[in-house]
Amino acid sequence: MNHWIIVPIVLPALLAPFIVLTMRHDLLLQRVFSMAGAVALLAVALGLTAQAASGPAQLYELGNWRAPFGIVLVLDRLSALMVLLTSLLSVVVAIYAITSAWDTRGRHFHALFQFQLMGINGAFLTGDIFNLFVFFEVLLIASYGLMLHGGGAARMKAGVQYVVVNLAGSTLFLIAVGTIYGVTGTLNMADLAVKVPQIPAGDQALLRVGALLLLVVFAVKAALVPIHFWLPGTYANAPAPVAALFAVMTKVGAYSILRFFTLVFGDAAGDNAWLAADWLLPAALVTLIVGAAGVLGAKELSRLVCFSVVGSMGTLLTAIALFTPAATVAALFYMIHSTFATAALFLLADQISDRRGGAGGRLTTAPRFAQTGLLASLFFLAAIAMAGMPPMTGFLGKLMVLDSARSSDSMATIWTIILVTSLVSIVGFARAGSVIFWKSASLPDPVETAPSRPALPIAAASLMLAAMVGLAIFANPVTGYLETAAAELYSPTHYIRTVLGPEVVAEQR
Amino acid sequence: MELLVASGVGVMTAAGVYLLLRARTFPVIIGIALLSYAVNTFLFATGRLATNLPPVISDSANGYTDPLPQALVLTAIVISFGMTAVIVVLALRAYLEAGSDEVDTAEGERPGTGSSGDGAGTGGGAA
Repeated sequence: MNHWIIVPIVLPALLAPFIVLTMRHDLLLQRVFSMAGAVALLAVALGLTAQAASGPAQLYELGNWRAPFGIVLVLDRLSALMVLLTSLLSVVVAIYAITSAWDTRGRHFHALFQFQLMGINGAFLTGDIFNLFVFFEVLLIASYGLMLHGGGAARMKAGVQYVVVNLAGSTLFLIAVGTIYGVTGTLNMADLAVKVPQIPAGDQALLRVGALLLLVVFAVKAALVPIHFWLPGTYANAPAPVAALFAVMTKVGAYSILRFFTLVFGDAAGDNAWLAADWLLPAALVTLIVGAAGVLGAKELSRLVCFSVVGSMGTLLTAIALFTPAATVAALFYMIHSTFATAALFLLADQISDRRGGAGGRLTTAPRFAQTGLLASLFFLAAIAMAGMPPMTGFLGKLMVLDSARSSDSMATIWTIILVTSLVSIVGFARAGSVIFWKSASLPDPVETAPSRPALPIAAASLMLAAMVGLAIFANPVTGYLETAAAELYSPTHYIRTVLGPEVVAEQR
Repeated sequence: MELLVASGVGVMTAAGVYLLLRARTFPVIIGIALLSYAVNTFLFATGRLATNLPPVISDSANGYTDPLPQALVLTAIVISFGMTAVIVVLALRAYLEAGSDEVDTAEGERPGTGSSGDGAGTGGGAA
């Protein structure tokens, strides 16, 4: 058994209590260990991705228990990619949190940060639906702490809402898992894929209820309309590095939808095949519209970014909802891009609001501030990436999504909505940028004494932009990898055989 | 017994959802607690209701009761207990810092935001 598979979970899980117990009074040590942990995680994730890219899916049986009875972790191309994406983001977030001194505004930032990474990585690697619930809880509990980091009345109130929504979501998750277990008698996803086609007709309705409830739970995480309402309030009030890290949290929801509904409710599921598609596509398209409307209507920079996140989740879920290999390649490519773009925008918005003094992030004119030119150009780059204009990866991603939608019955609707909402987002971002940078620059009394600020946080944000450029340059090998990943998703026999063993599949099919 | 357990779960869920939709934190917390009781009972029942049967296969008994849902319920109880504690503390902090225990934030009370008109959907879950 390849023990590296569990390292992305165990490493932060050990590091976090170690940070709390032995170095809670020494910020410098916390920073060193947290940063080292993030870098080590990145190295492991790179190794795992290289392994996943060169071979078939690998199984890790916890406690050496055979698959349907014990909990398993599965490393395939998709999960390796998600772990890599998380660890890349975590390095940038760690650099930003340390250099911008966000981690001094409250206690235990680094411990919570590591717990958050543990939960996210666990959710990506697990092959068991109840274990997925547990890792969701781990990442949520850490995110409650991180979201409230720094305190303040507004953040506390937004935090209460966030916690309540997610507790309700967790309750739904349990009900869904209970229903599915009651019908199928298993919680292992590969075993579910085998059992679902054999469900007697009388239990079909119950199974559908369980599966669609699960879709609702994942949709809460992925901020799909009509259950997206928690996202703008939460992300706008969260500390900037945390909001940037949360960029990958919405992707956990998208990943879970993709994994669960291709594996369990794929072609083999008979009457229930592609159960999620009918619900997901309209909801995703409305999400796009709501996101674009929010971008246009936002009166505050971080809220504008929040709504652009909602919009990008709409694009991503539209591509997922098509449930074809080509659309999934597009979705995964867009997912990588939108994680980087979201993180870059949140970090830049924080830098800009921080420098504007009393005006903060409000979209009003304010005196010039330090490094206006640099921040303006970086914001411009991040905004065109998010809105989906060339030459950044957002354009490539959206182009792939549009191209893959050509074979769909609802092609006209999808094209119209994606193109119109892109235009609306461009207008929204252009309005924000021109108010903050151009109109402010023409104010009569520029403050020459605007103090210079450390440049390292800006460098951290630029790393995300550089990552996007890298993604654009290496788009060909990346899409090659994604094509194989998508092919794996749509022919899950190999995944099932890896988890359950060849004889089980042969006997049950 | 099925009817009793099923209606118990149903009534608790209904009461929990009703309380969850109230605008103040205290009823919301009680609602979440009720929901977690309901879901724990529900999870327990997914292993089918059986009385006086051991949770292992034994020759001396004429059947067995599924042990897995019991393990799941145990996990769910621990998590929901911890989360209730977190939200109680959080609600207290929010009350002390903001001076009101309303869950909704669409009152223009966010410092640093000129208006909350763009956040009209924010409080939708709790209002």
